[in-house]
Amino acid sequence: MLKVTDIETFYGKIQALKRVSLEVEQGQVVTLLGANGAGKTTTMKTISGLLKPKHGTVEFLGENITGLRPDQLLRKGIALVPEGRAILSSMTVMENLEMGAYHRNDKEIKRDIEEVMSQFPILKERKEQLGGTLSGGQQQMLAIARALLSKPKLLLLDEPSMGLAPLIVADIFKMIREIKENGTTVLLVEQNAKQALKVADYGYVMETGKVIINGEAKSLLEDSRVVEAYLGKKSS
Amino acid sequence: MLLEQIINGITLGSIYAIVALGFTLVFGVLGIINMAHGEIFMIGAFIGVLITSVLGLPLWIAFIAAIGVTVILGYMLERIALRPLRGKQGVSHLAPLISTIGVSILLENLSHHIFGAGNHPFRHSFAQIQFQIGSITVYLVQILIFVISITLMVVLSYWLSKTKAGKALRATAENLETASLLGVNTKRTITTTVILASALGGIAGILVGMAFNSVNPQMGLSMGLKGLAIIILGGMGNVKGAMAGGLLLGLAETMIVAYGDSGYRDAVAFITIIFILLLRPQGIFGKNTAEAGR
Repeated sequence: MLKVTDIETFYGKIQALKRVSLEVEQGQVVTLLGANGAGKTTTMKTISGLLKPKHGTVEFLGENITGLRPDQLLRKGIALVPEGRAILSSMTVMENLEMGAYHRNDKEIKRDIEEVMSQFPILKERKEQLGGTLSGGQQQMLAIARALLSKPKLLLLDEPSMGLAPLIVADIFKMIREIKENGTTVLLVEQNAKQALKVADYGYVMETGKVIINGEAKSLLEDSRVVEAYLGKKSS
Repeated sequence: MLLEQIINGITLGSIYAIVALGFTLVFGVLGIINMAHGEIFMIGAFIGVLITSVLGLPLWIAFIAAIGVTVILGYMLERIALRPLRGKQGVSHLAPLISTIGVSILLENLSHHIFGAGNHPFRHSFAQIQFQIGSITVYLVQILIFVISITLMVVLSYWLSKTKAGKALRATAENLETASLLGVNTKRTITTTVILASALGGIAGILVGMAFNSVNPQMGLSMGLKGLAIIILGGMGNVKGAMAGGLLLGLAETMIVAYGDSGYRDAVAFITIIFILLLRPQGIFGKNTAEAGR
């Protein structure tokens, strides 16, 4: 579904990605692991069009989409929930959800928003509140719900569990499972490697701008290099 | 007498409010002060003079022509002076400001060249129509200005809060990256914003011509500075603030001229700002957060 080939992305003169390649199959959850500064977020930003790669290609459903803008990519079915959630804090929860369906013109938007709100009762309760007044966990749910309202084929989630309490992290991973069951493909960046590998089908591990390990999520959970670096010895 | 002065103040204030709306829209979305806004306003006023006094055509054509010309100016401002500077590595954040100052100098001198430096009367039969309500004289022009201003403000507020394009503009104003991730073509939204702001400036130009019967190439600068003062007064990037600030300043100036010393008229704007900023540094409607400042 998504095929990233040898992308190299720069911040000015600093090279953040060195020939990164990865693939996401339809219906899978694929996770991208690695320490801070490994290039995970840069990879996500490059796929979603926020950054343009200097070399390499991004293909989506067989079409070369390298260098397209985020709004064009959203119309093709790629939605990114960025790191830090990016809630529109001066707009209400309802308006945030409406913005999620911005590019759509069908008549089912209202119904879909209703559905999302019944799925997340807290959003319904707070629909007239400004986005900025929600707690971190609620904001993350709003951000994911908003992205889902664009009806993406591929959902990119950048560190959805960052800064959240363990109970809420569990909720977020439950959501990711549900999203997968509903047929949406997910590319997930996480620091929480163990949880991410449990929900994922396939995984990539990045280090200093390169993919160093990749494989089935199950086998990565047992891979000694991964266990040592990201899972901690005691957890296995 | 007092009531008449209040009517004068509201007339002036509603024009200020429209000028300030143009400033505040561009500031809200682009985070820059558009120093050329006053000159676009001045061009709008000259188009009004040209259509009504020189060509002798009716007022509504003047409005359409002024909107048309300022829309084109707004588009050119964005394409030539602003867009090339956006998102480039190594471009100072002050560059767009300097660029708009350049455009303002160009437009001022262009109108010097074309229209000459002096005052141009804004002749139309409309200006003489007046009513006597009790002891108060009200000019039809004043009512027209007030109605146009209020209509513009109501329509703009509605557009921003209820329509899809308005929401996209607000999303872009809050965060360009987020808006584009949500599917907003931010380039187009920015162009729309600059065009809309310029058209508001053009309309304000004609209204000023009608109200004061005098148009000159220097009028852009003082109006620009006052517009700037108003958005600081009302809260940067805030639509309600621009309206309230405009009315407040218009009333304050009129009262000073009527009951104080007319020489201090322009000083009022800036004295008011100093006071407001001492009491509420974020402006009347400004939010006291860092994120609202963008």
